[in-house]
Amino acid sequence: MPQESARTLTSQQKTTSRRPAGTLYRGREGMWSWVLHRITGVAIFFFLLVHILDTALVRVSPEAYNAVISTYQTPLMGLGEVALVGAIVFHAFNGIRIILIDFWSAKYQKVMFYVVIGLWVVTMLGFAPRHLMNVFSH
Amino acid sequence: MATTLDSPRSPYARPTGKRGTNWEKWGWIYMRGSGVVLIVLIFGHLFVNLMIGKGVDALNFGFVAGKLASPFWQWWDVAMLWLALIHGGNGMRTIVNDYATQRVTRGIFKWAILAAVVILIVLGTLVVFTFDPCPAGSPADLLPKFCPAI
Repeated sequence: MPQESARTLTSQQKTTSRRPAGTLYRGREGMWSWVLHRITGVAIFFFLLVHILDTALVRVSPEAYNAVISTYQTPLMGLGEVALVGAIVFHAFNGIRIILIDFWSAKYQKVMFYVVIGLWVVTMLGFAPRHLMNVFSH
Repeated sequence: MATTLDSPRSPYARPTGKRGTNWEKWGWIYMRGSGVVLIVLIFGHLFVNLMIGKGVDALNFGFVAGKLASPFWQWWDVAMLWLALIHGGNGMRTIVNDYATQRVTRGIFKWAILAAVVILIVLGTLVVFTFDPCPAGSPADLLPKFCPAI
C-alpha cells in the first residue's frame, strides 16, 4: 500500500499481525541489531564527550588528572567499563555486519547477527575477567 | 496532519532538481570508512590502556604523559578524536532527524551536537599538541620516568 497514509491504517493492521508480510525485519534479528546499534552508539557518544574532557586535564596538572582518573579505578566504574567495552565491541562488530550487508549481500544478515553475538561473547570473555581482576585486586 | 509514508521498500530517489554535492551520500560513506578505521584505533587504544600490564589500575598522569610524549600516540589519539567525534556527531544527527518532530527542537539539538563536536575537537587537538609531559614544579613521582630531575 505505498500510497496509503499511515493514519488510514486501522490499529489492527498496524499491530496485531504476528507474522508481518512485506516487512523485512520487524521484531526479528534485523530490528534488534538496529536497536542495539542505536543504543550503544548514543551511549558511546556521551562517554566520548566526558572522556575527552577528563583526558584534557593532563593539560591542567598531573594532580588534577590523577584525581579524576582514580575515580575510573573504583569497582563501580570498573563494572561500567565492562559495559562500555561491551557496547563498543557490539557497535564495532555490528558495524562490520552493516558494511557487509551494504557492499556484499543482505542474504546472510540473520546469520551474521549471530556471528556478531558469538564474536562479542568471545571478545568479552577475553576482556572482562582480566579487567575485573585489575579492578578488584587491590 | 495527514502524513504520507512511502512504502519501506520503495527505492530512495533524490528529489529532482537538487544539484551540487550529495552530502547525505558522503555522510553515509564517511560512517563506513571512519567506522573501519575506528575499529583499529579504538581496539588498539583499549588494548594498550586496559589489557597490557595492570590495565586500568596503571592509568595515571605518568602513563598518559609517557604515551603522549611520542608523536605516534599523538597522531593516533588525534585521529581517534576527529574520526570518532564526527562519526558520533553524525550518528546523533541521524537520530535527531528520526525522533525530533518539531523543526525548532530539531534545529536546537543539531546545533548543540555541532557545537559539542567542534568545541571538543578543538580542545582535544590543542591538548594533544600543546601538552608538556614534564610540567615544571610538579612532584617527580607523578611524572614519567624520562623527565629530568628538577
